[in-house]
Amino acid sequence: MGPMFTRLGRLAMAVLIATLVAASLAGPPALGQSKAKVSFVYVGPIGDHGWSYQHHQGLLALQKEFGDRIETSFVENVPEGPDAERVIDQLAASGSNIIFTTSFGFMNPTVKVAARYPNVKFEHATGFKQAPNLATYNARFYEGRHVIGLIAGKMTKTNLVGYIGSFPIPEVVMGINSAYLAAKSVNPNVKFRVVWVSSWFDPGKETDAAKALVDQGADILMQHTDSPAPVKYAEDKGIFAFGQSSDMAQFGPNAQLTAIVDDWRPYYIRRVGALLDGTWKSGDVWDGIKQGTVALSPWSKKIPPDVVAMAGKARDAIAAGTLHPFTGPINKQDGTAWLKARETASDKDLLSMNFYVEGMEGALPK
Amino acid sequence: MEQFALWDLIVNILVGAMIAATPLVLAATGELVAERAGVLNLGVEGMMVVGAIAGFSAVIATGSAALALLAAVVAGSAMALLFAVLALTLRANQVASGLALTMFGLGLSALWGQGYSGLSAPAFPRLSVAGLGDLPVVGKLVFGHDLLVYLSLALVAAVAWALARTRLGLVVRAVGENHDAAYTLGYPVIAVRYLATLVGGAMAGLGGAYLSLVQTPLWVERMTAGRGWIALALVVFAAWRPWRALAGAYLFGGITVLQLHSQALGLKVDAQLLAMLPYLATIAVLVAVSREGVRLRLNAPACLGKPFYATA
Amino acid sequence: MPRLEARPQPSRLMFYATPLIAILFTLAAGGVLFALLKKPPLEALALIFIRPLTSVRGLAELTVKAAPLILIAIGLAAGFRAGVWNIGAEGQYTVGALAGGSLALAVYPVTGWWLLPLMSLAGIIGGAAWAAIPALLRSRFNANEILVSLMLNYVAVFLLGSLVHGPLRDPDGLNFPESRLFQTALPLIVPGTRAHVGFVVALIAALVAWVLMEWHLLGFQIKVLGQAPGAARFAGFSEPRLVWLCFLVSGGCAGLAGLFEATGPVGQLVPALPAGYGFTGIIVAFLGRLHPAGIVLAGLLMALTYIGGETAQISMSLPSAATAVFQGMFLFFLLASDLLVNYRVRWRSHTQPAPAGHTVPDMALPRSTSAQPSAQPGE
Repeated sequence: MGPMFTRLGRLAMAVLIATLVAASLAGPPALGQSKAKVSFVYVGPIGDHGWSYQHHQGLLALQKEFGDRIETSFVENVPEGPDAERVIDQLAASGSNIIFTTSFGFMNPTVKVAARYPNVKFEHATGFKQAPNLATYNARFYEGRHVIGLIAGKMTKTNLVGYIGSFPIPEVVMGINSAYLAAKSVNPNVKFRVVWVSSWFDPGKETDAAKALVDQGADILMQHTDSPAPVKYAEDKGIFAFGQSSDMAQFGPNAQLTAIVDDWRPYYIRRVGALLDGTWKSGDVWDGIKQGTVALSPWSKKIPPDVVAMAGKARDAIAAGTLHPFTGPINKQDGTAWLKARETASDKDLLSMNFYVEGMEGALPK
Repeated sequence: MEQFALWDLIVNILVGAMIAATPLVLAATGELVAERAGVLNLGVEGMMVVGAIAGFSAVIATGSAALALLAAVVAGSAMALLFAVLALTLRANQVASGLALTMFGLGLSALWGQGYSGLSAPAFPRLSVAGLGDLPVVGKLVFGHDLLVYLSLALVAAVAWALARTRLGLVVRAVGENHDAAYTLGYPVIAVRYLATLVGGAMAGLGGAYLSLVQTPLWVERMTAGRGWIALALVVFAAWRPWRALAGAYLFGGITVLQLHSQALGLKVDAQLLAMLPYLATIAVLVAVSREGVRLRLNAPACLGKPFYATA
Repeated sequence: MPRLEARPQPSRLMFYATPLIAILFTLAAGGVLFALLKKPPLEALALIFIRPLTSVRGLAELTVKAAPLILIAIGLAAGFRAGVWNIGAEGQYTVGALAGGSLALAVYPVTGWWLLPLMSLAGIIGGAAWAAIPALLRSRFNANEILVSLMLNYVAVFLLGSLVHGPLRDPDGLNFPESRLFQTALPLIVPGTRAHVGFVVALIAALVAWVLMEWHLLGFQIKVLGQAPGAARFAGFSEPRLVWLCFLVSGGCAGLAGLFEATGPVGQLVPALPAGYGFTGIIVAFLGRLHPAGIVLAGLLMALTYIGGETAQISMSLPSAATAVFQGMFLFFLLASDLLVNYRVRWRSHTQPAPAGHTVPDMALPRSTSAQPSAQPGE
């Protein structure tokens, strides 16, 4: 075994590694494709009128946008448990070119399947693990929560806002803090009460929670659960509420002041377009009001004009990048400093938020 | 809380408990009838959810609350009939048939309801007795409910009375207690069980309709969210007695609502642990009740879940 | 007027023919259903029943889905035969996963060949411990085990949720309610697929159960207890001991199944880990007629309808609700056709007296075992 051989061997190895790395990083050469198969995995039924429904609107928009150039398929009601990986794998095995997995619990299953199918593109909503063929995307819902917080602060008569929470994860906590800070900025006396229902979707329990909050004197309801039940309850009680995920005005034409709408259509069209013209790249996208992923449904006529103007201004400022809902000085609930004056929260802080801000009542369940 | 008197709070919790409990009252009382006749139908969840969509689709089509309730009763009974044919005539295993019925019902209701998501039902009629609803405390607690709450109470009373005081009730109990003896005495065992199963289905259908017509007047897939299982548990919890089932359902509803209220009051709570509370409480009460031993045992229908074979 | 007549002996022919009859009925009814939904019926049926069987991947997935169902059903079947009603397999599955998973997370990141066996043991113990609660409450306080085990399902699911939201949460997971990924995984049996040893273990469990039930005194005692509790007492079998045994075995099997799901297909603890296996396992036990071989087949068949349903969703947008309806019908037909094993249908009235007694085991709720006065239940 001469040195020559070793050197050659090393060279060959280096070339091989370089090729492999290049191949794995760059994926297949950036050539466009004339046809693509696009698949979606939904955690709920497409008729849930909330989270999965809105993602499905994205699929329908893709069909309209790309027509014959794409073929779509989806699987609904996929639990975030042992079955998720099989479903994603099956979509990959059946020839999908790009697969959108639209719930946080699909993160690790998507990572595993993506490793097995390097030529298929994956997009996972709300997660934080990427790979060369696995991108992540999410929406800055807290931007919308800021706007509805302003409206709630101005419009509550009892100074008590009821908030129906699902689980105390950063996503939800961020929304509560954002809405509370905004409400307090326009109404120093406002208080928030949070009821956790330990479910994303249980219309009966959401109604019970809404009732408990209203019984305590709340006259405006916010929710971070997926069913339209709280909006419907507000309608029947003659109070106000904000829709979640989709425009719920049909359930509460008088009650809904506005809704935070998840509009995934622009993102999906962008990404599938990129796939078709060969420019798809992995990455992590966190879009908000600016990109149209977070939208506010038309203002209710019940909102006074000055409040509409204020809300509209805030929305536009967020879109323009001149307003960040988490701008210091902000203290945590226990009084310790979090953000200094004019400092804005980092994305990492937001994505791991597990504390209430100063002024919030009650302890955050851990 | 400051501006609310303690009495108001208590009344609110009690009223909330009654609303949360009424679907359970209806479904549990129906299942109780079936079990008293010796039929164990684990398909309550499936019958409830089909009742929910049936009632909802009827109220959308006709606008009539009465017709909606009728539709829920018919749909719940039809589901129960399916179970009865399977378990009573074809003698399939009751536990497995009930589980299959739930699976079927969840799917069927989802298919049926595809066109109904996004609609909402008109307000359900409430009792309004001039002036009485405005009385302090009792006004809200006694006179302010929707009509189904009163109907559920009436049905509990009717079932309790019928089981204890009528000939039909005696036959039902005899069939559940010892079907061979009942058969020898000339009672139509299978027919009685059919009837009891259908009553169970009808009331489960009503319980589901309470969810989609009154509590959350809209249709969403799987909106029963496990209440059928709780109703089943309540029957055993109640030692097969209608009034106890009512009390158990109100207790369960009360604990559920109490934990939501305690959060709304701003008390420090662990949502997950609190959500367990009703179930743990049910087990605890069950153990306490079962220590009476003999009384519970005497009430359990001895032929519950056993298939009946006419041997003569 | 057709009437049923008990067969003197269960029909061997029907024993094997009824599943086929049920499948034929299901195909017909399913075809109608799919046609009503404006989907080509034959294609839909082929997608559900045949397509998954035509690839290695499909077959491997079949074993992945069937493994926990079989393991749970095997455990439950012994209890059901004895008239011990454990319907808490879902909770025992969850606690088993929790126990074994916590063990891995406690020693994280230490790993070794010993870890997986220890986790499995913890899973079995966890499931058995959870099942011991209804066993204890039944034997000690006479509390109905159906109710207790059912309630404990919910408690277990909330317990899992509470722990993965809290102490077991992945410290690097940005507070999302999931544990870390485990440092070990179940070995795969077919490279390139997800088929894991859980299926092999399930088959071994079925074999052991078969041997015990057919050849061992224990199996005999269990059968006697289920069919004739009085005779069991007379023969001096200890009923509490058998009740305990049935609960511990079924709980242990369910716990192991839960651990296998957590360490195999999932790889971590997540709130949605309990995916209804405990309930489906009950159906599988009965579809398999409480017989180990039948349970293995029934588990595979159930798994096929799930996987096939997804295939049909992907390929022809068949709604998942239609799959559930289809599964429900399939179960109805399977359960209904069982009748033909023990009975024959006579179309004219027949005078021959049917034999007294019958060969179908009573799947009855357990009666209290102490001597009962035959008093009228009063209200």
